[in-house]
Amino acid sequence: MSADRLRSPLGRALGLGSAKEGVEHWWLQRVTAVALVPLTLWFVAALIAHLGADHAVAVAWLRSPFTAVAMILLVVATFVHMALGLQVVIEDYVHHEATKIASLMLVRLACWALGAAALFAVLRVAFGS
Amino acid sequence: MTPASRPLSPHLQVYRWQITMVLSISHRATGLALSVGTLLLAWWLVALATGPQAFAVAQGFLGSWLGKLLLLGWTFSLFFHLANGIRHLFWDAGYGFENKTTTATGWAVVLASAALTVIAWVAGLAAMAG
Repeated sequence: MSADRLRSPLGRALGLGSAKEGVEHWWLQRVTAVALVPLTLWFVAALIAHLGADHAVAVAWLRSPFTAVAMILLVVATFVHMALGLQVVIEDYVHHEATKIASLMLVRLACWALGAAALFAVLRVAFGS
Repeated sequence: MTPASRPLSPHLQVYRWQITMVLSISHRATGLALSVGTLLLAWWLVALATGPQAFAVAQGFLGSWLGKLLLLGWTFSLFFHLANGIRHLFWDAGYGFENKTTTATGWAVVLASAALTVIAWVAGLAAMAG
């Protein structure tokens, strides 16, 4: 590890390298992936069980504490996983610097906006109005 | 500065197609498809929170032939990304890198995602009929 000898003690302890980032992106993508395995399977099964449900039935379903918490987890994990995944796709394929930065910002903001809308909808139904 | 025109390494089209490369790009493609699908998810949830009329519009669209087609694509994309994602998690843990294994797990992913899609739709159509 000759490169390591050239690092300051602080730089070695942080272990972040020139990108100033460690494994956060990679790790968060894995954590959300693992969370999404049971959550998406549950969601598909719940959707099938409530196909063609009218508004009152769907609201009653989403109001139950288990459903509400599971939906909050599903929405958060989905939009975080999606923001990280789309970021990598843009970084891989968009090489023009200005276009890349604009796309990265647009996609990240769109993920936040959609996620906030979905999360607010779940909370509004769960707490009644 | 314009780059010098040096010889490039062979691009994708010269290689023989293999299951591993098809699944690799399909993982990304289904990820993009699922991202588009989150628009449907957000719309459906917001409609549910808005009220019976907005919810009826959303349910009506999802029940139309176009809605069903999108849901079919969404179901397959979800199961594929899920199954292949689990394959990726095993690779992350250091397992399954042998050539034979990557091919076998690749076909297992194709079979699993097709089977899960069929099971979900049979269950769904049976629930609608019954």
